[in-house]
Amino acid sequence: MRQSFTLLDPTAEREPVKRTRRAPPTSLHGCTVALLNIGKARGDVFLDQLGVRFAERGISFRHYAKPTNTKVAPPSVAQSIASECDLVVEALSD
Amino acid sequence: MPMPDNGLVVVAKRDCPTCQLAEPVYTQLDSGAEPFTFYSQDDPQFPDGISHVVDDSTLHASWRLQIDTVPTLLRIDNGREVARAIGWHRGEWEALSGIKNLGATLPAEQPGCGSMSVDPGMAEVLEVRYGSPPMRSRPIEGFEPDDPVELCYQRGWSDGLPVVPPTRERVLRMLAGTTRAADEVLGLMPPDLGECTVEKIAINAVLAGCRPEYLPVVLAAVEAALVPAFCMHGLLCTTYFASPIVIVNGPITRRIGMNSGVNALGQGNRANSTIGRALQLVVRNVGGGVPGGIDRATLGTPSKIGLCFAEDESNQEWQPLAQARGVASGRSAVTLFGGGEVVGNFDQKSRTAQSLCASIASTLNVAGHTKLVQRHDAVLVLSPEHYRVFQQSGWDRQRIGDELKQASTRDGAQLVRGAGGIAEGMPASVAGSQQHKFRDGGLQIVRAGGEAGMMSAMIIGWAASGETGSEPVTKEIST
Repeated sequence: MRQSFTLLDPTAEREPVKRTRRAPPTSLHGCTVALLNIGKARGDVFLDQLGVRFAERGISFRHYAKPTNTKVAPPSVAQSIASECDLVVEALSD
Repeated sequence: MPMPDNGLVVVAKRDCPTCQLAEPVYTQLDSGAEPFTFYSQDDPQFPDGISHVVDDSTLHASWRLQIDTVPTLLRIDNGREVARAIGWHRGEWEALSGIKNLGATLPAEQPGCGSMSVDPGMAEVLEVRYGSPPMRSRPIEGFEPDDPVELCYQRGWSDGLPVVPPTRERVLRMLAGTTRAADEVLGLMPPDLGECTVEKIAINAVLAGCRPEYLPVVLAAVEAALVPAFCMHGLLCTTYFASPIVIVNGPITRRIGMNSGVNALGQGNRANSTIGRALQLVVRNVGGGVPGGIDRATLGTPSKIGLCFAEDESNQEWQPLAQARGVASGRSAVTLFGGGEVVGNFDQKSRTAQSLCASIASTLNVAGHTKLVQRHDAVLVLSPEHYRVFQQSGWDRQRIGDELKQASTRDGAQLVRGAGGIAEGMPASVAGSQQHKFRDGGLQIVRAGGEAGMMSAMIIGWAASGETGSEPVTKEIST
């Protein structure tokens, strides 16, 4: 079982404890989408198909891959996505 | 943990020679007519021969019974302690237990050891675990093996440098540095006007790396920042290189080991480095003032991490800044100054007060811009060797200030816009008049630095110094 630890909030507590997710864009046009293959089986098939659909609609995208699905993305991959793209699609499941 | 309602109680640990010495006594007490409870702090197999040893490795019972020393013998009557014997003392134990010839072969008495419940740092751990600590800030939970320091970064609590994770125990320990109540509100911190309680300041002091004994200084610095005349909001949102500079005077500087000597404006002293940082983190976290948000500094300054130093008060002829600003001698105080850039005066030739005064005035005149006057305040940090030149001529604080005022006064014609081929400058209306560099009260002088080195420093104030912007503010440090 994972041990928890507790820190006391040093702020004026105006932000919620759980930060809200960023609102999704109303349109993908003008955005660059990262297609991240995390290494799960057939994830590449799904992402490639998504890429075909994006291309048909004129939406720009880039492919990225994690070396293995067992570990978090290395900083270089995360940094590349953060600097080059506006949103990410991951293929999480087999 | 259930506690006995009646009978005799012993709290002990194996890692205590006296507790081991008294082992035969425990057997005698266990064989007596009264209920007997033995709490073992470090080993439930200790001692041998006792029918019922209660494992107190959590120290819950020790904490509830407020045990400082082991072994301790107590008599409980209807749930209340009615008698206590500390360490081994045959006479006291016999009187308390009513049993004769206890430990007949043992020495008559032997002092005990410290209870594990009062080991360094343990008091706060147990208070958080079993007591009612005063903190009311909301808890933020993380899970190992996540790194608490990284969580602080992720939450945006850091100025960019690593912080000390504010656990409940550390915050409770920090709060012990002041007599003030955790829920006391010092004011509303700009720019978001967040409620600035002693507790929130303590949490940020933990983040900054302060020791509890620094907290009164941090509290006074925050109080000073909240004075409207200091104009914390404006100082934060300006494009200028400005932030609160903390100058500390009085006995507390020696008590907490602040640096007023070698490298006084530099790194390496925990109190100097963390007190100024704590104030900045309060502004960031409680006030919501973050770079790129309300903080619009064009370039910023390293001082915005936190610049704090003590004045060297060892020279009896020198009147310290706090006294010059009305604080009684022997009292401690902080003075906040809204400024940032440190500019050196490196003069190794001046041996007369007049020469050095003219030299330093030439440095003071560059504050902000050499052609602007009455706009930027400044702090002059006089090193001991530079002060000695003035002292040998009999110049005191007042005289140095008066002479610098005259020496930094210039003909308005040199300052007007366009003069010297420089568009920046004062309005044409000042031509034909004499212009003092600083407004009245706009130059603070302190004495600090290493014994060797004929150099001093100017800390330049915000472009909006004085009534239109930030006034220096001095606050006495309480407990």
